[in-house]
Amino acid sequence: MDFALSEEQRLLKETVDRLVRDRYGFEVRQAAADSDIGFSRAMWATFAELGLLAVPFPEAVGGLGGGGIDLMVVAEAFGRALAVEPYLATVVLGGALVEHAGSDAQKDDILGKVVAGETLLAFAHGEPDGRYDLAHVATTAVKTPTGWTLAGRKSVVINGDTADTLIVSARVSGAIDAPDGIGLFLVPSDAKGLTVRGNPTIDGGRSAEIVLDGVTIGEDATLGEPDAAYPAIEAAVARGIVALSAEAVGAMEVVCDATLDYLKTRKQFGRTIGSFQALQHRMVDMRTALEQARSMAILAAAKLGADRVERERTMSAAKVTIGQSARLIAEEAIQLHGGIAMTWEFAPAHYAKRLVMIDHLLGDTDHHTDRFIALTDGQAAPAGTF
Amino acid sequence: MDLNYTPEEQAFREEVRQFLKDELPSDISAKVKGGQRLTRDDHIRWQSALTKRGWLGVNWPTEHGGTGWAPVQRHIFEEECAAAGAPRIVAFGVNMVAPVIMKFGSPEQKAHYLPRILDLTDWWCQGYSEPGAGSDLASLKTRATRDGDHYVVNGQKTWTTLGQHANWIFCLVRTDPKAAKPQEGISFLLIDMPTPGITVRPIILLDGEHEVNEVFFDDVRVPVGNRIGEENLGWTYAKYLLTHERTNIAGVGLSKEALRHLKSIARDQRKGGRPLIEDPIFRSRIAQVEIDLMALEMTNLRVLADVQAGGAPGAESSILKIKGTEIRQAITALTRKALGPYALPFQSEALDGGFNGEPIGPDYAAPVTAQYFNMRKLSIFGGSNEIQKNIIAKASLGL
Ligand SMILES: Cc1cc2nc3c(=O)[nH]c(=O)nc-3n(C[C@H](O)[C@H](O)[C@H](O)COP(=O)(O)OP(=O)(O)OC[C@H]3O[C@@H](n4cnc5c(N)ncnc54)[C@H](O)[C@@H]3O)c2cc1C
Repeated sequence: MDFALSEEQRLLKETVDRLVRDRYGFEVRQAAADSDIGFSRAMWATFAELGLLAVPFPEAVGGLGGGGIDLMVVAEAFGRALAVEPYLATVVLGGALVEHAGSDAQKDDILGKVVAGETLLAFAHGEPDGRYDLAHVATTAVKTPTGWTLAGRKSVVINGDTADTLIVSARVSGAIDAPDGIGLFLVPSDAKGLTVRGNPTIDGGRSAEIVLDGVTIGEDATLGEPDAAYPAIEAAVARGIVALSAEAVGAMEVVCDATLDYLKTRKQFGRTIGSFQALQHRMVDMRTALEQARSMAILAAAKLGADRVERERTMSAAKVTIGQSARLIAEEAIQLHGGIAMTWEFAPAHYAKRLVMIDHLLGDTDHHTDRFIALTDGQAAPAGTF
Repeated sequence: MDLNYTPEEQAFREEVRQFLKDELPSDISAKVKGGQRLTRDDHIRWQSALTKRGWLGVNWPTEHGGTGWAPVQRHIFEEECAAAGAPRIVAFGVNMVAPVIMKFGSPEQKAHYLPRILDLTDWWCQGYSEPGAGSDLASLKTRATRDGDHYVVNGQKTWTTLGQHANWIFCLVRTDPKAAKPQEGISFLLIDMPTPGITVRPIILLDGEHEVNEVFFDDVRVPVGNRIGEENLGWTYAKYLLTHERTNIAGVGLSKEALRHLKSIARDQRKGGRPLIEDPIFRSRIAQVEIDLMALEMTNLRVLADVQAGGAPGAESSILKIKGTEIRQAITALTRKALGPYALPFQSEALDGGFNGEPIGPDYAAPVTAQYFNMRKLSIFGGSNEIQKNIIAKASLGL
């Protein structure tokens, strides 16, 4: 076994680490988060220049052909910076959907623009009653002579308010929670009948509530077979989980370091609070949780290209570990800092909010525990896996 | 043994219920139940209703205009108030400084301050903590030097809850920096907030709310007559106050109400097309915290019965604080979890009373995640849970 990064991955890591270290301080992050769009377009352009928007895509469309590990390297650095740019929405989820389901022409066109930083995407999939169920799609797509008409509601669409194109999932056939019969449709943000209501999220990001009221789109606006998008959705979400897991690890690292530092410097009762054994053990538990999370983030990244069941089972296991570790670290970091960690001015408080909210994206610990059980019991584990 | 409330206690509960039905303004209880912001005026209106009925001094003896209620009655009152959506009584005046004034204040101080607390002329805040003195409160540095019949106060207090509404602050200040032990050089001062030299600056909490403040003292002249008791004995009075800070520390009524709210959300949310409350994992999470709360309620009643019989709670109040806050935090975490993806949107304007815009997601969603983060404070303030454990280990277990 070899846990070392390849030469290219090391270079990528240096590039993105340097970027966040030199140009993505906490004030920069806060200013971006506080702006109307919730991120910085200038920073996005920098990402494009540095090739970060090209990481997961095939070379044929101008990508770097990176896999899960490459994505992990980037996302972890973004986690350390608490970056608010729409990387998950545009590059990871949106990009993966186009890559997995789109035609060659669509890939050339859309991914080319994504890589160049010229277009933003968002995955409009979640619905008011869907919770985390990927197959729950009540929004309908009805065939017309020239294309499709979409009707329904989409909820908590991450960065949906700034996307140029929404990738909307809609049901062509089948029951409301059936994996079969779901299509993906490209809807421009200025489409008639489309209402996008943006709002801040508590972790400093943006999301949107979307209503599709008879939105008509052309035949060419479908991404792949209009009733067989589920596998592409699952694969895109797997990529999303790899990115979120790595992001969480980056954020956990910062929070653990800050807490350790505080334990060594904050004095009460004439001594550093880190000299109290009761707190030492808590800090150790945080570090242990971080290492467990890191392990699962690496495993998830490595299994991104595996067969469906193995891949999905690993993703669910990773998301459970990440969810548990992130919450423990967020809550303990606040507790061990005392009152200061309750304040808006204090950076670790914002990391803590992001860490807790990551469990509310792409399925929480309970959802993925259920899924892990179903995927594990549904089949005998192949040899060599665990 | 008889674990039932007596007929008198049950009748008392009915009386409280009727009062709440008649006198708790419905716009205020709607805000409390909806997790919306309360204005200063909301607090005043509710507390005035209590004053009118003679019920603001819940923990006060009748001689000072209090209820004279027994501990179990207070518990019933608090439980009913929480269930009805009454705001918590702002404790700093009526439940914190007042008991100190009653016990250690001069006759003049009693005559002056106590009626003003009951009739809501004064809003008090608590000036104990400092940037360098949190858990280790006795290391506080705010200095008071004698100048004739005044003290001149210099220094900084922090985390002053609702100080922006207050016109009086009770402070621990250092009057003898050379005392053998840090606890021995501290005095307890009552300070009029409009005095020149006092600056109050907001601290915004991680949920975006203005709940606490920093208070700066720059050559603030305070009459010596505003000192409680004797110079340099402030620590004794402060410790007495801390035992009062811990009354109703278990917060059983509030947790019960929060649990009811959690269940109603879990009934409304869907998972796999079924109500979330029917999901086995989620259901067992709720059950676990509900069982914990049952146990805490019994522990709390046992302590109350003991106090009623003349006992003084010792380490028990630390146990109540730890478990009470852990349970409350667990409920807020589950409520956040229950929302699923709708935990993310942050619709701050929906927390203002009278908001009539379109909610993002279900109308109960807006305050939930912010409250989860806000409630992290419970295990930090009022003596952190770690400090409470130290107290139990030392005082009760002799470790
Ligand atoms: C929202 C809020 C409202 C508040 N309102 C008020 C108010 O109105 N008036 C007021 O005076 N104060 C108020 N406080 C202050 C509060 O009492 C302090 O925050 C508290 O005493 C802890 O102090 P600290 O924040 O300095 O943390 P620290 O004392 O620095 O503690 C940091 C960490 O170390 C731990 N620790 C410290 N000593 C030990 C030990 N010996 N053994 C093990 N662990 C230890 C603590 O438990 C904590 O986890 C408020 C605080 C908050 C957050």
